[in-house]
Amino acid sequence: MADSVPKTRPLSPHLQIYRPQMNSVMSIFHRFTGVGMGLTAILVVWWFLAAATSDSAFALIDGLLTSWLGILVMGVSLLAFWYHLLNGVRHLRWDSGHGYGITASRQSGIRVLVLALVLSALSIYLIF
Amino acid sequence: MVEFTLPKNSRVTVGKTWPKPDGAKNIRKIRIYRYDPDSGANPRVDTYFIDTDNCGPMVLDALIKIKNEIDPTLTFRRSCREGICGSCAMNIDGINTLACIYGMDEIKGDIRIYPLPHMPVVKDLVPDLTNFYAQHASIMPLLETKTARPEKEWRQSIEDRKKLDGLYECVMCASCSTSCPSYWWNSDRYLGPAALLHAYRWIIDSRDEATGERLDDLEDPFKLYRCHTIMNCTRTCPKGLNPAKAIGEIKKMLAERQM
Repeated sequence: MADSVPKTRPLSPHLQIYRPQMNSVMSIFHRFTGVGMGLTAILVVWWFLAAATSDSAFALIDGLLTSWLGILVMGVSLLAFWYHLLNGVRHLRWDSGHGYGITASRQSGIRVLVLALVLSALSIYLIF
Repeated sequence: MVEFTLPKNSRVTVGKTWPKPDGAKNIRKIRIYRYDPDSGANPRVDTYFIDTDNCGPMVLDALIKIKNEIDPTLTFRRSCREGICGSCAMNIDGINTLACIYGMDEIKGDIRIYPLPHMPVVKDLVPDLTNFYAQHASIMPLLETKTARPEKEWRQSIEDRKKLDGLYECVMCASCSTSCPSYWWNSDRYLGPAALLHAYRWIIDSRDEATGERLDDLEDPFKLYRCHTIMNCTRTCPKGLNPAKAIGEIKKMLAERQM
């Protein structure tokens, strides 16, 4: 019998078949926004350093950040900032032992999404 | 380790489509993952049709009907048919659950059935649970005591007994652990929601006297802390338990004893 058993068993499908859940999608977006903001932070630091270096160095990065692409990247980063911050608070609440129920975690997720949109819109309104 | 795609020998191919039953009014299409270890061929998805007027309401009823009447080679685990043994855990309609207590009427469209995700497949819907059981054994799922054995039983107050509700009901079906992306990528070192729920069940048992040792054992970057509160476990548990909360309570106890 042992001879007929293949050496390696196949691995059952996972990401390919598991239905995305609101909780799992929000969880992976917490990581995406965290990594994304790290990258945006480099641009901002570059902006500040250039401002302290020379006019031409500042003009280059300032032009980049105020182009339509730069504004888009910064706008998405703003949304990412609020999402990550609010979802971080949601995680702190979980870590304190609250809000683990299916309904409770769904509601806190919706609150995070709505508040992130509202606060992003408010930030854009206050900036411009 | 994170690998988003399946290894070469695991890629799923299109399988056989079995004939529709004659003279049936209500037909349901069921797509099932098949793997035959004897042929060595890649897994495939076969398509079956069943007459729902002549079949029980649960997904397990359909599987048994297919095995009895259409294709006797279809292989799956089942026993109690009432959600107490945990044998028929599988991925149905994209989530992990027990086939015996999941109604076909809860599913829209075709019924898609796969084995529990990211597990080595023995045959068809039967995953190899060796590692999963070894992890359960590693958390010492039994009462550990140091004081002298009482004359009769170890006693417990009603309040302390209540702390075990929502934990002792776990039937070790592995639905939660195999729904967890962290467990998919790190099942060699991360214990997973099922084993951790059982660990917590013994940590808060008032009769157990090894609480400190149990917590010491879990204070590890991988065993416990690969849980990132994704919550797929709680979402999918067919018994309505909350492994995510149990894991959160363990993390809290570890943090509290530092203070």
